[in-house]
Amino acid sequence: MGDCSMNWLHALFVLITAFLAVFWEAAFSGVRHLVGVQIDLLPALMVYASLCAGITTVVLLAVLGGLWFDSLSANPMGVSVLPLFVIGLVIHAKRELILRDQGFAQAVLGFAASAAAPVMTLLLLFTTRHTPLFGWGTLWQLAVMSAGGAVATPICFEFFGWLDRALVHPRATQTSFRADREIRRGR
Amino acid sequence: MLRRPHYIALGLVVLLTLVIFNLPSRTTARFKLGIGGLFLPLFGLASSSQQAALAAGDRVISRGELLREIEGLRRENQQLRIQAMQTEGASGENARLRQLLGWQRQAPWKVKSARVVLREPSNWWRTVQINLGSRDGLRVNQPVLTVEGLVGRVSSVGLTSSQVLLLGDPDCKVSAQVENATRDAGIIGTSGPLNSEFVEMGYLSGSANLKSGHAVITSGNGGIYPPNIRIGTVVDSRAAEYGLATVARVKLAANLNALEDVWVIVP
Repeated sequence: MGDCSMNWLHALFVLITAFLAVFWEAAFSGVRHLVGVQIDLLPALMVYASLCAGITTVVLLAVLGGLWFDSLSANPMGVSVLPLFVIGLVIHAKRELILRDQGFAQAVLGFAASAAAPVMTLLLLFTTRHTPLFGWGTLWQLAVMSAGGAVATPICFEFFGWLDRALVHPRATQTSFRADREIRRGR
Repeated sequence: MLRRPHYIALGLVVLLTLVIFNLPSRTTARFKLGIGGLFLPLFGLASSSQQAALAAGDRVISRGELLREIEGLRRENQQLRIQAMQTEGASGENARLRQLLGWQRQAPWKVKSARVVLREPSNWWRTVQINLGSRDGLRVNQPVLTVEGLVGRVSSVGLTSSQVLLLGDPDCKVSAQVENATRDAGIIGTSGPLNSEFVEMGYLSGSANLKSGHAVITSGNGGIYPPNIRIGTVVDSRAAEYGLATVARVKLAANLNALEDVWVIVP
């Protein structure tokens, strides 16, 4: 599974991926035609960033990702920022307890994050006196978005792991060999 | 447990969100258009990839099939020309009668063709983005339609692209009337979160006599949509508000899931 060695280049990859993910959600409707629901990839990216990056990347992803998403949507500006950040913050705070290299753990976190993000966004919309489309069909939307997030999160880890191996120079590791402790065999 | 950097980050994000929420609506709209403009280079990429897919599909169509299609279109064109001649006569007569009665003359629509470039990424609104903007003469609240029927209205306008609120969106209400004997009037409201084919028509009188298949058109009231644009057909109706009102389910004439080319009515 994905290796989590994070540097500024890696943070840039995460932000570029978020930008392209938002565009993909608005430009391509294959999934929407198939199941009637569009899948949101930002929570999956947030799970990856919060497990593998610093809090700065989490903040940048929440703010930029949320604003990019809202700019192409009828959402009021900034409404997607807070839900994304709350997800990132909770996972980041507990990440020492999470087996982030396990695919199952990634899928479960992706499932939970993809369910929590739209629920929190809808709550914020209702709180700010907006009236989004809401009904029994919303349950189906949440189920599909969660399942989509559960699939997308391990793929995110794989993708960034591959990018890491392809583009980032591996860290120099210290060997256990020490010249002063070498046993010299003599006659 | 949250550590100090977490609290600082949380404070910053909450502050930023509050600032954005409390910006004046005009500033927010400009901010939104500015950030949305970052995606402009990708619009071309998406449309060229769609065109490449269409071109690949075109190559596998046989010549015989194309000739048959041309013949069909030629016949349809001739039929439409004959219909246009009839309509021209009727509209001339209509204009003369209006003049005799001293009524205001109806201006013919001017329309502009637009292509749908992006769709709503969230699941709780119904909008699309089209490739016409203020430089093409688009303004907020201009009606958008297809040859099948009404689609919605322009809700915000950028320089080169605009957002269109589709029928069924909570912010897109249309004054409509049913083509029955009593010409019952109502308001086209929201659709369900999943099914965008059907919308609810509310505020109909309790005595409205609706039958499945009755056509629903715009009434012209409200000042946004011109009258007599086809919206859809009544599917069923039920009593509401203890029988004081009726709510009808209307199947939209335009397929909002497969919108590609639309027309915007410009003054």
